[in-house]
Amino acid sequence: MDTASAPPRALRLRLRHLRDRLLVALCLVALALAVIPLVWVLWEVVGVGVRHVSWEFLTTLPQPPTVGGGGWANAIVGSVVVVGMAMVMGVPVGVATGIYMSEYGDNLLGKSARFLSEVLAGLPSIVAGIVAYGLIVVTMGRFSAVSGSAALALLFIPIVAITTQEALKMVPGHQREASFALGVSEAATTLRVVLPAAMGNVLTGVMIATARIAGETAPLLFTAFNSRYWMEGVDRPTATIPVNIYSYAISPFEHWHQQAWAGALVLLAMVLALNVAARTLWARRARFMAGD
Amino acid sequence: MSRSVAPLPGRDGRARRHLRQRWFRYATGALALLVVVVVLLIVQQLWVQSRPTWSEWGLGFLVRTTWNPVQGEFGALPFIAGTLLTSLMALLIAVPISIGIAILLSEYAPRRLRDPLIFVVELLAAVPSVVFGLWGIFVLAPLVQQHVMPVVAASPLGLLPFFGEPGPGYTLFTASLILAVMIIPIIASLSREALMAVPRDQKEAALALGATRWEATRHVVLTYARGGIFSAAVLGLGRALGETMATTMTIGNRVNLTLDYFQSGYSMTAIIANELREAASEIHVSSLVAIGLVLFLISFLLNSLGRLLLMRTHTPGT
Repeated sequence: MDTASAPPRALRLRLRHLRDRLLVALCLVALALAVIPLVWVLWEVVGVGVRHVSWEFLTTLPQPPTVGGGGWANAIVGSVVVVGMAMVMGVPVGVATGIYMSEYGDNLLGKSARFLSEVLAGLPSIVAGIVAYGLIVVTMGRFSAVSGSAALALLFIPIVAITTQEALKMVPGHQREASFALGVSEAATTLRVVLPAAMGNVLTGVMIATARIAGETAPLLFTAFNSRYWMEGVDRPTATIPVNIYSYAISPFEHWHQQAWAGALVLLAMVLALNVAARTLWARRARFMAGD
Repeated sequence: MSRSVAPLPGRDGRARRHLRQRWFRYATGALALLVVVVVLLIVQQLWVQSRPTWSEWGLGFLVRTTWNPVQGEFGALPFIAGTLLTSLMALLIAVPISIGIAILLSEYAPRRLRDPLIFVVELLAAVPSVVFGLWGIFVLAPLVQQHVMPVVAASPLGLLPFFGEPGPGYTLFTASLILAVMIIPIIASLSREALMAVPRDQKEAALALGATRWEATRHVVLTYARGGIFSAAVLGLGRALGETMATTMTIGNRVNLTLDYFQSGYSMTAIIANELREAASEIHVSSLVAIGLVLFLISFLLNSLGRLLLMRTHTPGT
């Protein structure tokens, strides 16, 4: 070993380690840059929203901005109905597509369905709204809750299809083989053996997809539209929480801005609760299956 | 067994038995086919509804710069420009941050910390766009106007043609910032998956040769995963292009063809969100849908490209 070159080499090594540390620090800064807006949004929504959420807000109809008071009860009901109908349309199609892709999908149809589901999952939500507008609103001649649900179902189906497929793929193949060996039919094997084993993860997918569409605003602007009254029917314009947040936020009235924050708090609580529930469910299932 | 008559052999019986065994496959297949049909239906709807615009101006619609519903003059360029400018700026901000997060989560964070951090990043993706928009209007826009734009304008960046005089709070710049925040989760989590898919022995070989952890990450892991990271960025760009509410609420909604991020602008999604429900004339509706069709095609291409690259760069199951 040449002793003369030792000090610079040691120095270089220290420099390399220093750079290692420095870049870890940069990565930490990156994480902070992502987490700070999240905390900030939550902070504002909870901080401002909590001051304006009241029993009246949750249970009464909107009032004109000049009167003050009033609430979003019709929008809360509207959101539940519109999202609920989207689930009724979307769950059968999404789950069945997922089942097909996982169990029988090693063919052109299965692969195209998978590819198109992934592409649809990235579909700009407003495009789903345009399609429902053209197909239902223009045909019926008026805005309606059901057209909003159809738009949301377009966004809901691909997410559920993909998560269902992933969930079913996690079920070990020998369970299917054992079932077939006992002479059980294809339908019963899937519905009574494979699907129950994967049920937790399928439900997780459904919940995450529900949370996603519950917060969607853009496709509802020109489908479900809005209303100041209680829902009169699924073929009528209907208020929803996200659309209300938007129209109240861009209004010039201070009182309505406050209600927009209150509505955001209600929406965020619903969406985050669904997400947290879904992900803890997922974690528990994964641990269960790993230990199985 | 009480059945006295056995089913007759032959084509009929076999077909029935085949159907009895296979009906479930066909039933679920029919619904899977529905997904394919839905995509075709989307294209058909967008095409039929935008026909009048294409027959009036043809592809020239994409480069026309006037948008005047009263005179029936429509052109898409200001909106296409606004969407591209905001999305690309968002990508420029979000990609380095996302890669940093992905490296931290896949290479450095101890397991105990990793799962909660992944959870937090995923929560960021769950916040509805309209809530970001609300925050954008009342918190971010004033802040950007008072404290961020003057600083950027005074810095060397201010010499670029992209940053002129600090303007109002609702600008292309504000919209870009919100979009960046919103696409970080998807880029970070897809990049993390790409990094996790790098074979361990590749990295360990580099470490065994005396590389520091950073050197191994940079020269081996990042090189190996760059395809996956690129497709993550492509998919993030697709998200940013299609994002509606946060953009509509912060971009300023002014038809304004400019490269200056400190001015108000408009995006493809915002013009549809603002005008479709009140559009009265046929050509107005069809021009809005035409913008929707362009948006759909761009995002379809980006999503397909991103997915195909993902499929090629890492094997399923990682």
